[in-house]
Parts: sequence; C-alpha cells; structure tokens
Amino acid sequence: MSTDILQAIPKSPGVWAQAWTRLRSNTVGMVSLYITAAFLVLVGLALTGTVAKGWKKEVGASFAPPHFVGKIDDGMQSSAIDTIDGAVVDMSDVDPLAPRYAEWKERAAKFKTSASVKSETLTFGADQLGRDVLSKVIKGAQVSITVGLVAALVATLIGTVLGALAGYLGGPIDDTLEWLYNVFTAIPYILLIFCLAAVLKSGPFAAALGHGVWTVVIILGLVGWTGIYRLVRAEYIKHRTREYVRAAEAIGASHASRMFTHILPNISHVVLVQLSLHVVGFIKAEVILSFLGLGVPIDMVSWGTMLSEAQTELVQGKWWQLVAATTMMAAFVTAFALLTDALRDALDPKLR
Amino acid sequence: MIPTMLGVILLVFFLFKFFGGDPVEIMAGMKSSPERIASLRAQLGLDKPVLEQLWIFIQQIGTFNWGKSWTTNEAISEIFAKRLPATLTIMLPILLLEVALAIVAGLAVAYVRGSLTDRMIMVITTVALSISFLVYVIVGQYLFGFVLGWFPVQGWSQSTWTNLTTYAPLPVFLAVLVSLSPQTRLYRSFFLDEIGQDYVRTARAKGVAENTILFKHVLRNAMIPILTNVGTGLPGVFIGSFLIENFFSIPGLGREILVAVNRSDYPVIQAATVYLAALTMVINLITDVLYKFVDPRVTLK
Repeated sequence: MSTDILQAIPKSPGVWAQAWTRLRSNTVGMVSLYITAAFLVLVGLALTGTVAKGWKKEVGASFAPPHFVGKIDDGMQSSAIDTIDGAVVDMSDVDPLAPRYAEWKERAAKFKTSASVKSETLTFGADQLGRDVLSKVIKGAQVSITVGLVAALVATLIGTVLGALAGYLGGPIDDTLEWLYNVFTAIPYILLIFCLAAVLKSGPFAAALGHGVWTVVIILGLVGWTGIYRLVRAEYIKHRTREYVRAAEAIGASHASRMFTHILPNISHVVLVQLSLHVVGFIKAEVILSFLGLGVPIDMVSWGTMLSEAQTELVQGKWWQLVAATTMMAAFVTAFALLTDALRDALDPKLR
Repeated sequence: MIPTMLGVILLVFFLFKFFGGDPVEIMAGMKSSPERIASLRAQLGLDKPVLEQLWIFIQQIGTFNWGKSWTTNEAISEIFAKRLPATLTIMLPILLLEVALAIVAGLAVAYVRGSLTDRMIMVITTVALSISFLVYVIVGQYLFGFVLGWFPVQGWSQSTWTNLTTYAPLPVFLAVLVSLSPQTRLYRSFFLDEIGQDYVRTARAKGVAENTILFKHVLRNAMIPILTNVGTGLPGVFIGSFLIENFFSIPGLGREILVAVNRSDYPVIQAATVYLAALTMVINLITDVLYKFVDPRVTLK
C-alpha cells in the first residue's frame, strides 16, 4: 500500500534540475552558455591539434594585411633590389676564391631548398614573422582559457578543502587557518604574485617546472584561494549543526564523509559560482602577467603575449593582431561573465 | 595584528629560503672560484644556522637596514626613497579623481535606477570590463600620445611640477578612464542600498531638495563602504600601478619591483612585500578608527 502512496506523490525535481529549468528560461544565460561552449570546443580542437596546429609556420609575408584590407603598398615591403648598371666585369683572375666555386656549386647541389610561397594577404593578417594571426589567436585562446580554467580549479580546490576544514572542525584548526588567511590577505595581491614569480623563476622548482604555463597556474592558484576559503568556511559553519548533518552523525558517518559527501553537495552551488568568477579573473591576470614577461614562455602564444607584441605593432599601423586578440578575449570574457551571473541566479534564487 | 605581521615575515623568509634560488649562485653566476663563493656566503650570513638568519632578517626589518641590492649595489632604503615620489605623483591624482568621479557617477546612475539609461550604462560597463586593461592603455597611448600628440608618449623629468603638468596627465587620465566603469558599478551598489531606505522617503516627503538628499543624506550614510573601498585601494598607491609605470617609463616603485623580479633581486622584493603588508595593516586600522567618525553608531571593540 505504501508504494502506491509513494507513486501517487509527484516526484519533485532535484536542485540541479530546477536550476537547469531556471537557466533555460534565461535567454541571456543560454546565449552566453552557447558562446562559452563554442569557445570550449575550439579549445578542445586546438588541444588535439585539429585547428591552429601550424601557428608557428611563416605562411605570409611580414605583416601581411587581412584579405578584406587588401595589399598595402607603403613602400616598406618592396622585394626588388635595384639592378646595377654597367657591364659585368670578369674578376676570376683576381678573385682568390674563384678556383673553388665549382666545388661549392657541386656541394650545394646536394641540398635542396624549397622556397615556400608566402601569401601577400591572410584571412586576418600576419604578425611580424609572417605567422597567421587567426591561428595564433585560436592557439592563444587555448592557452589563455586553459590557464584560467586550471588555475581556477586549483584555487577552488585549495579554498574548498581549507574552508571545509576550518568551518567544519573549528577550534585550533580554524584559528590556524584564519591566521594563514590573514597573512595571505595582508600582503597586497600583486606583490604576492611577484614574490612567487621571483621564487619560481630561479628556485629549485624552476628546473622542474621550466618556464612553462604551469608556473602561471601555480602562482594564480596559490594566490587566489583566499576568497573561496572565506565563503566556504562561512557555509560550513552554517551547515555543520543542521539536522541532516546530525542525522548523518547518528547513523555513524565519519567526519570526512559528513564534510565531503553530505555538506559539500549542499554548498556546491557557492563553489561553482566562485569557480566561474575566478576563471574570468585569472584569464585577465594571465594576460597581464604574460605582458609583463612573467607569464607563458616565449615559444607559446597567449592573448597576453599577442597584446604585448601589438603594442609596438600599433605604432607602425599594424592593428590586426591587437583587434584579433582583443575581440576574442572580450567575446569570451563577456559570455563567461554573463553565464556566471545566470548561473548564480539559477542556483540561488533567494539572492534575487 | 602582531601575529599576522609575524606570519608575513615567516612566509616571506621561508618562501625565499626554501623555494627560492641559491643567493650565491644568483650573485656570483655559474662560474666562480670557491674562495669567492665562501666569502659571499659569509658576507650574506648564509653560513649561520637558519634560526639565526631569521633573527637577522627580523632585525633588518626593525632597523630599516636592508643592506644593498644584489644587482645594482644601491642601498635598498635609497631605492625606496628615490622611487616613491614618482609613484606618488602618478597614483595620488589617480586615487583622488577616481573616488570623486565614481561618487558622482555612482550617485547619478543610482538615482535613475531601473531606467533605460541605468540599464544601458550597466551593459556598457559589463562590456567595457571584459576588455583587458592593457588594450585601453595601448590604444590610449597610441591615440593621445602618438596620433593626436596631445601628450608626450612617455617620459619623466627631475622637477615634480613638470611631471605633474606634462608627463602625468596621460597615464592619470587613462587609469581613471579604465577604473571608471568598475568603480561606478561598485558605488552604484553602495548608493542603491541607501536610496531605498525609509529616511530618504521621509526627507522627500518633507520637501528636502533632491541634491541635498543625495549629497547629504545618502552620501553620508554610504560613507562606510566608500571608506572601506578607499582603504583597500590605498596600499596600491604606494606600489604604484606597475603596468602604468611600465608603459610610460615612469621610474617608480612598481617598475623597480618588477625589474627586481626579473633580475632575482630578492632583498628588494622582500623589503617591498614586508613593508607594504605592514602598511596595509596600518591603513586597515586607520579605516576602522575612521568608521567611528563617519558613523557614530559604530562602536570599536
């Protein structure tokens, strides 16, 4: 009989299903979700090498303009050398190297040089070395977005675990972690980044990490956890005395189980919103760090390194790299920020 | 405050001690005679036990005697004394203008909340925020300095007055322009919290002029978040916007620290970090005391 009654009660949708319904009804949120998803697909394709694999290749002339601009004739790209007037003088009797010319010609014939055709214009122009700006900006998107995402994940992980420990356990552990939080927030953000950059640049970890993107990820992750820690701690303090947690304790759930399988799902919306907020912040930070030469290495490309190249290019009137990097970054960051807002509204309707 | 300061000192000391490179290797280079390495070790006190080194470090902080920079051999206190004026010349005008403009803009937007203007401004600031700070400075420097020629592209002189009137305007203008959109959003939210309160309605009911309501009633009640915001921004004044200083070749503190990072000049970075952390704490303390002045309801513990 009881099963009949249970079946009669309409099944109420779960918190994620409800959030999804709310998100679906938010047009701005859905559009930004599609744009973000498109960017993530692009990042995936770039990671697997399907697109933008040959971003390092010199496919165009130096500063080849975009197709829609057409070839710019400013006298700087002339390839012809003025021919010299007058008869050709035979100098083989005074030239000491003349007897060996034949030998060298023979040797040179063993090697083949293939002259690559460099196009005058490209879809979105070329940079100083003749690399395709379109491939560069896609590869740059891959690096910048991956760094932002992974760094945000690292920061969220540190912040959540420490916040859970401090908020749930309280006592001396809480005091110690609060002290650590105070220490980290007393140092201005940017100086902490500089300290870590200096240490990772020449310290024992420099060899292990190389000057790769991992350095940036570690720096941003170690610096950015404080805000998340604070929020998660407050949530745990609120939840730890709730009835469902006491009930879990009564059936013998361990501390770890209560912390991470009972409470964590109930505050996961806070963590998710914080995670996406940090992605945006870290992408911007990566751009600035790369610009200052503390970010991604020279043999990689990110939106930040593109912008730092663009600074000198702009004076020469080559605007396309700046426009490409800025547009891509603005599109992604705007879409992601709007998606975060929509997520927050969908996950926490009480906030409205 | 004291435990936090101690924590900062410990963090900075051990971070560079255990995770940083070997100072002797940085200073002497890869190829060096064993005698020179030994003498450098003794000179830097690296042959002493770690705890004694920590004690020396704390003494250095207390006496403001940090010795010399590893790369330029200039006394570190001298570096700070020389670079700080340039930073302040740029950063103080930025802070003052930023706060003044944000208060006016924030009040104006909060006053017309919910209207088309308000929503338009919110959309514009969202988009404006998504473009990197770098782009504004690159384009601004190119447009105003290079194309239009209104300001010198970059430069600095010995006289404070020339700096203020010739070289500072462009960086200050650009920095204020960039910060205007996030600041307006922030101040709008401060004023929105107040503008819906009952006392505003009462003031309107008894016929107080709108300007008086906004600038006397609302502004004074919103002083606490404003003060907090200025307090958080104030330590940044002393670091200087390292990006701005880098772009415009201003010989300030921010650029000096960045150069020190690139050259692994640890004492400069350590000194800057410790003192700015101390300064941040002092400023926070002063802000707390000022709360009492702007809002008598606040009681200090």
